[in-house]
Amino acid sequence: MTTTTTTAAQPQPQKVPSSAVRREKETGGALNVFSHAFLILWVVLAAGPLIWVALTAFRPSAEILSDPMGWPASFHWENFSNAWSKANIGQYTINSLIILAGSLTGTMLLGSMAAYVIARFTFPGNRVIFMLFAGGMMFPVILALVPLFAVMENFGLLDTRPGLMIAYIAYSLPFTIFFLTSFFRTLPTGVQEAAMVDGASHTRTFFQIMLPMAKPGLVSIGIFNFLGQWNQYLLPLLLNNEDEQSYVLPQGLASLAVSQGYRGDWGALFAGLTIAMVPVLVVYAVFQRQVQAGLTAGAIK
Amino acid sequence: MPPRFTPERVRYDRRYRTLDKYRFVVGFLAVPLAFYALFVISPFLQAIYYSFTDWSGGPVAHFVGFDNYEKMWNDERFWDSLQVSVLLLVIAPVVTLVLGMFFAYMITSGGRHRRGRAIAGVAGSSVYKVVYFFPQVLSVAIIAVVWGRVFNTNSGLINGGLDKAGVDGPAWLGGDETLGLISLLTVISWSFIGFYVVLFSAAMGAIPKDVYEAALLDGAGRARTFFNVTLPLIRDTVRTGWIYMGIQALDTFAICLVMVPPHVLKVTPVFLYERFRDGQYGYATAIGVVLLFLSMAFSLIVMRVGNRDRIEY
Repeated sequence: MTTTTTTAAQPQPQKVPSSAVRREKETGGALNVFSHAFLILWVVLAAGPLIWVALTAFRPSAEILSDPMGWPASFHWENFSNAWSKANIGQYTINSLIILAGSLTGTMLLGSMAAYVIARFTFPGNRVIFMLFAGGMMFPVILALVPLFAVMENFGLLDTRPGLMIAYIAYSLPFTIFFLTSFFRTLPTGVQEAAMVDGASHTRTFFQIMLPMAKPGLVSIGIFNFLGQWNQYLLPLLLNNEDEQSYVLPQGLASLAVSQGYRGDWGALFAGLTIAMVPVLVVYAVFQRQVQAGLTAGAIK
Repeated sequence: MPPRFTPERVRYDRRYRTLDKYRFVVGFLAVPLAFYALFVISPFLQAIYYSFTDWSGGPVAHFVGFDNYEKMWNDERFWDSLQVSVLLLVIAPVVTLVLGMFFAYMITSGGRHRRGRAIAGVAGSSVYKVVYFFPQVLSVAIIAVVWGRVFNTNSGLINGGLDKAGVDGPAWLGGDETLGLISLLTVISWSFIGFYVVLFSAAMGAIPKDVYEAALLDGAGRARTFFNVTLPLIRDTVRTGWIYMGIQALDTFAICLVMVPPHVLKVTPVFLYERFRDGQYGYATAIGVVLLFLSMAFSLIVMRVGNRDRIEY
């Protein structure tokens, strides 16, 4: 994180063809400096709080309280082990990973199955089912909150891992199906027909021919769902609030932040935040093109 | 039946193939549809029904007509929360979109004559786009915890900085409603600006370069180019973004719940959640229905406001 900030802070010299130099002087100058300053200021604002958290994670609690802006005098790695074991961050991370393994697999499998059928087959109700799924993107989740709690309770799924996975899957389906339906429509029909002529069943055509062809779309929506489900807070708060040992990572950190007011191990809280932030930021840095494309596609639905 | 077990005499029969197709369609749709209907559609429909009952979580719910809505009408705490939510709905999109558009314009079109082109992004624009997007990939709960620490009165980043400058910082989240609202707005805008920078950059990048070259030949400066060329051409994206940001602001839940102490101020979704925690299920769902209508009304208004002929290019 620090390295990107420093590179951004040093704008490279602009290569301007000689014919344009005069004009550049007329329109550029003060305005250029001004706008560059704004751009760099926002780099500091966007990354600053995150870097502050990561640096403070190495300082002892007493120091954080007396001088919040200070540089770590020495690196206190024990904050991280305290966060991991004593503050339960390790348990929360494992919970998050288990839930995500189930929910992401389920979302991708069920989402691509439904999207494939909607995109490539004509049957009565095709359009209605698509609208039903797409319509789900428009409603605020908070409205469904209370009855969902009761539905989960009736099925005996409240405060269970399968229950949380199912909820994640159900609420990820609308956008996943919406996105993948338009993606499956763009794939050529010839390959599918050739497979059928060669005697492949519909199921086999789907898993062996169409899914591999849809890989770019699956990757985009997969990363989108990975981030969305890893970061989920509202659903676990509602459906998984009984036992503190079963909290997922964002939920655990939020409850830790509240309880730290009484216990006061701020170093562990900052270390916990760092543990939660760094992997996501690394995944994002690696896949940033797909992440940006996937997330912005979500806005223009 | 898999083709290799299909008897030869029916395999090429049209009726058999239709049957095979429908069996497949039903088989693939059954589970996703069942999950969706049970856990998404049915709660939404139930919510509308329960908003007319006195349901408190037990097995029975009595139909009480508009009692919950009447109670809401007379509930001062509801109006307080709605005031905060509506302020966010109005201010957050303006702040976020204006800043997002400014940064996006600098990134895509700020560098004149760079690399010999009429218009290009400023140097380092790809780095800006990556860093600005950071907040968008973090959980709202974590953003709320981080900013809760940044705004902390005694051991926060802001007041720590002000301390060094010799100024006594205010208690941001300590009790003043205006400061609380400013803090909430800051965090919401902070977390979404990167998203709009990327969204608007994509829209601005799709504008053909010769439009800019023409504007430049006519002697238009950067500000004029933005208002007369760029903005009209990306109007549809701005409108979509405006609706989206408004709904996001109205849905603000985790940031307010985790970051702002409940005695300072609360948004309507947090008010709803507290009623749910108290066991007032019927009342909570009625508040949810009002939120739904509010976001639908907002979307309709914004769509009407910006509805002019689309410019093709």
